[in-house]
Amino acid sequence: MACSCCENQFDDLTQYISGVFDPEHPQSSLISILHHAQERYGYLSKDVIEHIAQVTEVPAAEIYGVVTFYSLFKTKPQGKHRISVCMGTACYIRGGAKILEALEDMLDIKPGETTEDMLFTLSETRCIGACGLAPIMTVDDKVYGRVEPEQVKGIIAEWREKAEKV
Amino acid sequence: MSITLTIDNQQVTVPEGTTVMQAAEKLAIRIPRLCYHPRLHLEGSCRVCLVEIEGMSRPMASCTFPVYEGMVVHTSTPEIRDTRKTIVELLLDNHPEDCQTCERDGNCELQYLAYSTGVRERHYEGEKKHYEKDLSTPSVIRDPDKCILCGRCVRICAEVQGVSALGYINRGFKTVVTPAYDAPFSESVCVTCGQCINVCPVAAFLEKDYTADVVKAIEDPDKHVVVQIAPSVRAAIGEGFNIAPGTPLTGKAVAALRRLGFDEVFDTQMGADLTIMEETAEFVQRFKEGGPLPLITSCSSAWMKFAEHFYPDLIPNISTAKSPMSMLGSMVKTYYAEKKGIDPSKIFNVGAMCCTAKKFEAARPEQQIETSAGMMPSIDRVITTRELVWLIKNAGLQFANLPDEDFDPVLGISTGAGALFGATGGLAEAVYRTAYWMLTGEDLEQVVVEDVRSVAQGIKRWTAKIGDIKLHFAVAHGLGNAHQLLRMVRSGEEKFHFIEIMGCPGGCIGGGGQPYARAGEGVPLDMDNLRKRAEALRSIDSGKKLKCSYENPDVNRIYKEYLHKPLSDKAHKLLHTHYKPRLPHGVWNRDVMRTD
Repeated sequence: MACSCCENQFDDLTQYISGVFDPEHPQSSLISILHHAQERYGYLSKDVIEHIAQVTEVPAAEIYGVVTFYSLFKTKPQGKHRISVCMGTACYIRGGAKILEALEDMLDIKPGETTEDMLFTLSETRCIGACGLAPIMTVDDKVYGRVEPEQVKGIIAEWREKAEKV
Repeated sequence: MSITLTIDNQQVTVPEGTTVMQAAEKLAIRIPRLCYHPRLHLEGSCRVCLVEIEGMSRPMASCTFPVYEGMVVHTSTPEIRDTRKTIVELLLDNHPEDCQTCERDGNCELQYLAYSTGVRERHYEGEKKHYEKDLSTPSVIRDPDKCILCGRCVRICAEVQGVSALGYINRGFKTVVTPAYDAPFSESVCVTCGQCINVCPVAAFLEKDYTADVVKAIEDPDKHVVVQIAPSVRAAIGEGFNIAPGTPLTGKAVAALRRLGFDEVFDTQMGADLTIMEETAEFVQRFKEGGPLPLITSCSSAWMKFAEHFYPDLIPNISTAKSPMSMLGSMVKTYYAEKKGIDPSKIFNVGAMCCTAKKFEAARPEQQIETSAGMMPSIDRVITTRELVWLIKNAGLQFANLPDEDFDPVLGISTGAGALFGATGGLAEAVYRTAYWMLTGEDLEQVVVEDVRSVAQGIKRWTAKIGDIKLHFAVAHGLGNAHQLLRMVRSGEEKFHFIEIMGCPGGCIGGGGQPYARAGEGVPLDMDNLRKRAEALRSIDSGKKLKCSYENPDVNRIYKEYLHKPLSDKAHKLLHTHYKPRLPHGVWNRDVMRTD
């Protein structure tokens, strides 16, 4: 018998699946299961996907295909704060790439990666509908408009400070 | 209901539901195609098969478009030909330009399309892909740089084999076909059957090539290089030299192997006779002593890896008898070595097989045997039919003009039962012949069992009457069919005494190492072609005087001089093996297509 911690590790996920799963259409509830799992565990680890595959009988190769198709699904642990830089047309023209470059230099990570202290995950995003404020970056739900590359340092420091206080 | 339509000014009448592509074939028009395969779900992703349909504003993919009454189709207008050519050019733009050094050179569907659509110059230099090759298994290589994303591998793996080792990850230009988690094959549920290689139009999948190792061993004066050739190889090797299938080319294959420099040329069919003796003895013992039944065969290496991933609960039902290749390999390094006074460590044992999974089997640690020179693998290298074809071409041999030669003595005689092994149902038939004798002590008169011979039917059931005993046989080929059958066995819905499972469609004749279909003409795993290969093997059986494995004088001599009797301690040590559950756990794919 396996240890009980492993056995029960995904109990609530199993419970969620049994609520939404339709055996006639096993693929149909996959996205909502993945959303739930990501919310619950922070990201979709191999163990989580494997568990979903076993319970839903949708092969892991197929699930992993769905997970990697949608950029919203994450296969790696995410940082506490998510920094997104808009690369939509307006932001791009007004220097979005330079903002991203400044962040990459400062945090020493590339888009899709997380800082070693697990504080920030950097990502590119498409238009968030605030083109008048281009170029835009966001940290979690906070929007920074008309950002200059020189401002990046200050914004990061502000969030680091906030994290240290907690 | 039938439907009449016009294609290229010719009328044709076809059943409702037929696609434009299929209807055109009735008129001897082969619309160019790439992602289409008759056995797989339609994807319509490559757009190479575009045609003009009157009344439609744009060209339509003929592989997915169903016919309707009065439809008027043009498959080859200048506009359509030009569009197709552009599509092929775009595919070529991010495909490596290395045709001359590619293994599929001369038999690549993309190359054929470039030729037939008339691509004679290149207009664009596209972005190329740069991924690592997956070299993690001893069997199947994956090279994403060559992949054109037609998806035939993904579909055959899911729909015909029920394995679903492959999927698409990421999107757009970054899409890659890979196992789950982008893991190497060795950490996936891949069973190394090689069907992805069979259906790949380019060289995105290949077998791991061991020809260099074999040539090196042949050139080494210290090595005694022994080769054995599987039944299915002789049924298909001719296709590599443009000889139509249907006739066994045993004699020419033996002659070719001898000219390549192998010291001894033995027959895997002889190993098959040994397997039948051991497996039937195991079956009779289980039948008399209360199980566990059904006994499930274990000769197919892809099936064995599949069982470990997907049906670990059935392992107690699976025969412990090794495959014909491994049994013969064991006898070469023990019995033959002792008889000839050769140090087993100096023997280099080569299997020429129709199979990529046999490469994996040969490398299994539990397949090692104890010889007078210590523990060692019974088979050192496995080469596929395709690799053998290349070796013969490389040596400049004119295969079609070679004389017919016989196998070397000691391990060269086989019965018709051994030949049957290569086609679906053959193992069940061979076991039946010997089981009849073991249970009654009498020879069987009507040896042919037509009920298990169909290549088209995926699952076959047959009841044998031996005296008062009724034995229920089931046969499945292609792992998707195995799934269907075993789920019923697992649930208790159906009960059998004996189950034959072969991993590939048609059995070994449809193995992942067989010659490619001719680009632009043939279809991989074409049913007619498989039937002809099966006929070739059955003609060996009908031409043999000895039809039952217990009649094989080489087999009887081995038992008399060396193993004593089937299932003896020595036989168990050398001719049997074991299996264990393997991770990751396989998940049954509901998209498996039924073919029974």
